[in-house]
Amino acid sequence: MSNETTPAPTRQIDRPMSPFMLGPYYRFQLTSVLSFAHRITGIGLSIGTLLIATWLVMLAAGAQSYNQVVPHLHAWYGEAILFAYSWTLMYHLCNGIRHLFWDAGKGFDIPTAYKSGYAVVIVSLALTAAIWGLAISHGALR
Amino acid sequence: MSHYEGMRSPLSKARGLGSAKSGVEHFWIQRVTAVALVPLSLWFAFSLAQLGRADFFAVRGWVHAPSVAVTLVLFIAAATYHSALGVQVVIEDYVAGEAMKLACLLLNKFVHFIVAAAGIFAVLKIALT
Repeated sequence: MSNETTPAPTRQIDRPMSPFMLGPYYRFQLTSVLSFAHRITGIGLSIGTLLIATWLVMLAAGAQSYNQVVPHLHAWYGEAILFAYSWTLMYHLCNGIRHLFWDAGKGFDIPTAYKSGYAVVIVSLALTAAIWGLAISHGALR
Repeated sequence: MSHYEGMRSPLSKARGLGSAKSGVEHFWIQRVTAVALVPLSLWFAFSLAQLGRADFFAVRGWVHAPSVAVTLVLFIAAATYHSALGVQVVIEDYVAGEAMKLACLLLNKFVHFIVAAAGIFAVLKIALT
């Protein structure tokens, strides 16, 4: 039997498959990365909302309960979570406004999608900086 | 197909093929809560920043103010509703198997309702005592 008679389905097909496409075969673009980030920050904010509700429940439970939370809020990981939450919220908010414009049928062309994408990154970082500037002026991180 | 099909107006062709009066709640409420959350989230983030290193009494005093309590309730309600709808889409996209998907969708709704109820109750308890 020659190789030529081997039926097609038994041959090893060496094709890159979906998850391995990312990076070597799939070139990331600003627009797709921002799109993934919208979903990931959305999930992050769901967890953030859970933490906010927990914080409010501990606050309602009284001084003793709340003072058990305070050391965690001022610990390095607490401050890291608060910082992550603030940028995540501002990013999802800005990119959400971008999505609302798309829902209205505006800004779909590639140059505008890139411009609005850069604007989302810059404005979300500026708002995060403003939040932390205000927080530090009110004694945070001390 | 009748021979005069081409003479019918787009409206008459669309009539009877279903309306957009229902079935778009998910899409629509996701957008309504998104619009509401723009000012609410900005208010929440900048208010927390202004609290800075406030202690228990200062934070409780802030929540106790009627305008703050009402806005916090609105924020929690809009955020948990928006979050429940968003996580639902992620589950529908990525969870394989109907039984597992249904279980995740139920868990998603339950957890979001518990978070909303607990958060709103906490705010009201502080505001009304």
